[in-house]
Amino acid sequence: MSHQVLIAILLLSPFIGFLLNGTRFRSQNYILAGSIATASVFISFICSILLMLNLVDSPVESRRLTAEFFNWIAVGNLKINAGFVVDQISSIMILIITGVGTLIHLFSIGYMHHDKGVTKYFAYLNLFVFNMLILVLGDSLVTMFVGWEGVGLCSYLLIGFWFTDSQKAAAGMKAFITNRIGDAAFIIGMFVLFFSFGTLNMFELNQLAPTTMEASWLGAATLGTLMLFIGATGKSAQIPLYVWLPDAMAGPTPVSALIHAATMVTAGVYMIVRLNPMFVAAPNTMMVIAIIGALTAVLAATIGLTQFDIKKVLAYSTVSQLGYMFLAVGVGAFGAGMMHLMTHAFFKALMFLGSGSVIHAMHEEQDIRKMGGLKKYLPITHTTFVMGWLAIIGFPLFSGFFSKDEILWQAYSSPRGHVMLWVAGAIGATLTAFYMTRLMALTFWGGSRVDKHVHPHESPAIMTIPLIVLAILSVVAGFIGVPHVISEYLGHIPNYWEHWLEPVIRKLPELAGSEEAHTATEEWGLMATSVTLALISAATAFKIYTSNKGTNEKIAKAFGPVYKVVDNKYYVDEAYFGGIINPLIKQSQNLWTYIDVNFIDKATYWAGDLTKGAGSLVRSFQTGNMQQYAMYITIGVVIVLSFVLMR
Amino acid sequence: MQETNMLTQIGLEHYLVLSAILFSMGMAGVLMRRNLIVLLMSVELMLNAVNISFVAFSKFNGNIEGQIMVFFVMTIAAAEAAVGLALAVSIFKRFKEVNIRFFEHLKG
Repeated sequence: MSHQVLIAILLLSPFIGFLLNGTRFRSQNYILAGSIATASVFISFICSILLMLNLVDSPVESRRLTAEFFNWIAVGNLKINAGFVVDQISSIMILIITGVGTLIHLFSIGYMHHDKGVTKYFAYLNLFVFNMLILVLGDSLVTMFVGWEGVGLCSYLLIGFWFTDSQKAAAGMKAFITNRIGDAAFIIGMFVLFFSFGTLNMFELNQLAPTTMEASWLGAATLGTLMLFIGATGKSAQIPLYVWLPDAMAGPTPVSALIHAATMVTAGVYMIVRLNPMFVAAPNTMMVIAIIGALTAVLAATIGLTQFDIKKVLAYSTVSQLGYMFLAVGVGAFGAGMMHLMTHAFFKALMFLGSGSVIHAMHEEQDIRKMGGLKKYLPITHTTFVMGWLAIIGFPLFSGFFSKDEILWQAYSSPRGHVMLWVAGAIGATLTAFYMTRLMALTFWGGSRVDKHVHPHESPAIMTIPLIVLAILSVVAGFIGVPHVISEYLGHIPNYWEHWLEPVIRKLPELAGSEEAHTATEEWGLMATSVTLALISAATAFKIYTSNKGTNEKIAKAFGPVYKVVDNKYYVDEAYFGGIINPLIKQSQNLWTYIDVNFIDKATYWAGDLTKGAGSLVRSFQTGNMQQYAMYITIGVVIVLSFVLMR
Repeated sequence: MQETNMLTQIGLEHYLVLSAILFSMGMAGVLMRRNLIVLLMSVELMLNAVNISFVAFSKFNGNIEGQIMVFFVMTIAAAEAAVGLALAVSIFKRFKEVNIRFFEHLKG
């Protein structure tokens, strides 16, 4: 099969699944709905594998499969095709989306089987996969933006899936509106790039990207990329627009795993890697990205320390890990960012699904204070969760270790890195180890605090199989990108990841000509420091949270006001409400009661009265008296004739 | 000879003046009389006034079109008289009078 056909099947299969389930959305046959949805994503997964094999077989220079289906927009200079490209970057993304997507669809069959809207749920999920594939495969920013908005829509629909609960519906709206702010910036970014470079095709943009660094803040590349990055902060939940992601946990848990951990929220990182030559040309933007990423990584991790909702902890962890990805791309380590994107997709999807399994077992209980000692009831969930935990805290040789360590090293050693970025990353890693261990201890270990009426039970095989597959991936995925210094001791495993991405990543211009300024000793030292810190904090958390009861109150008391501020998420939501949303509402009300009532309403009333008055004036001519009409005709004729004759 | 002379002295203007007088009388009738029958007769008067000017122009310009037009006008006048008289009959049947003001009842 030619690659065009494969790309078409890849894209259309989930869409057909959406149509099949969407047209019969009232059905409650969860097996049929789930099978259609899972099969359609699985077909896409097979296509992705075939495309990947096709790429691997081709020589390095021609590793780009394109499919242009039709001319979409042609206005003046603006020419946009419905073109889709599979290259080194997007092939990884489609494998993650369809692979993890298939597992999560499978899990959903077990998780959602009691829900009345199960067919609708699967329809939305398939629509999401379709849009996500458009996002990563689109060859121009506009095509990407279509997918970008599409996944935003599906995210909104799925967060508010149980919309009869007004709080959940509000969470959906919050996600949508917050994303709109970012999207506005994204559109402005597109305008800037089109205005300066005359194209929106990303491959053309990458070729046109300036090779010299832009020092000004207002240069085309800097301004354009900065705007695109603001768009990314919305979609990928970075400061200042991260507030929607924790609330997005109102949706079903598999949705949190697929959309709000593994795929959609990484779209921003993907976009930056896709346009990496443009970002490389804008060091100011890169600096902003790295700082925002590092800050987000630390800030979200601290909030994660105080949360008691199992999904909220994972949500803040996701925000924090996304911060790491942005830190990576911000210092020019695009490969490391993509690598963390992949490993994070595995272990965070695993942990979200694991939390889904726990919630399922606990009969919709999400508060980890009411769990504890679940290890013996949920052996498979526990074992797989441990794999995810080890991966995220960066335990040596687990997947998260390789990707996170590479990011930290690059944050320190890259010409655009800084020692403070490394410090922030290391603090973030330490905090991550603490709150994840706390989550494990409160949920699975220690004494049981489970309510007497609840009898936890292990989930059925359809839910545990995806967990097992993801657990295996979380453990081994790191070995395709082993850093050079470590591989020396592991029998010289080549760094497949770096070789694979090398042709599409532009090197930082600062690197050219300069010798390697950093030594392997330094790398080992930093690695040892961050790993030791993480392990110490994990051990501390283990000791605190498995030992005795009433720990939470003690900690809250010990830290006093600091704990209170963190527990309230730094009052960011309150600040947004007090500083932006409420003044906006108040201002709108003022506009309504003053401008609207006094001017706009009056103007319309005046126009209405005028029409009415004019009408009543003319109506007096319409008497129904025929002779009067004849008189009008006569008068008219006389007037016209007198004009004609007197001229 | 005298007679012929007099006849040849009658020019286009005379015909047109006659036509205008008849037309004005007809129009005055249409505008002022209330009796439907009289009204119809006044309309006939106006039409015939126009006919006179048509024929006069036709004669003095030496072409036939004006006279052809007169036949059309006469046909229409006949049709109009038929319809108008039918209306007069129906209004008489209802109101025992043929006053034009009864047509105001047709107003919506």
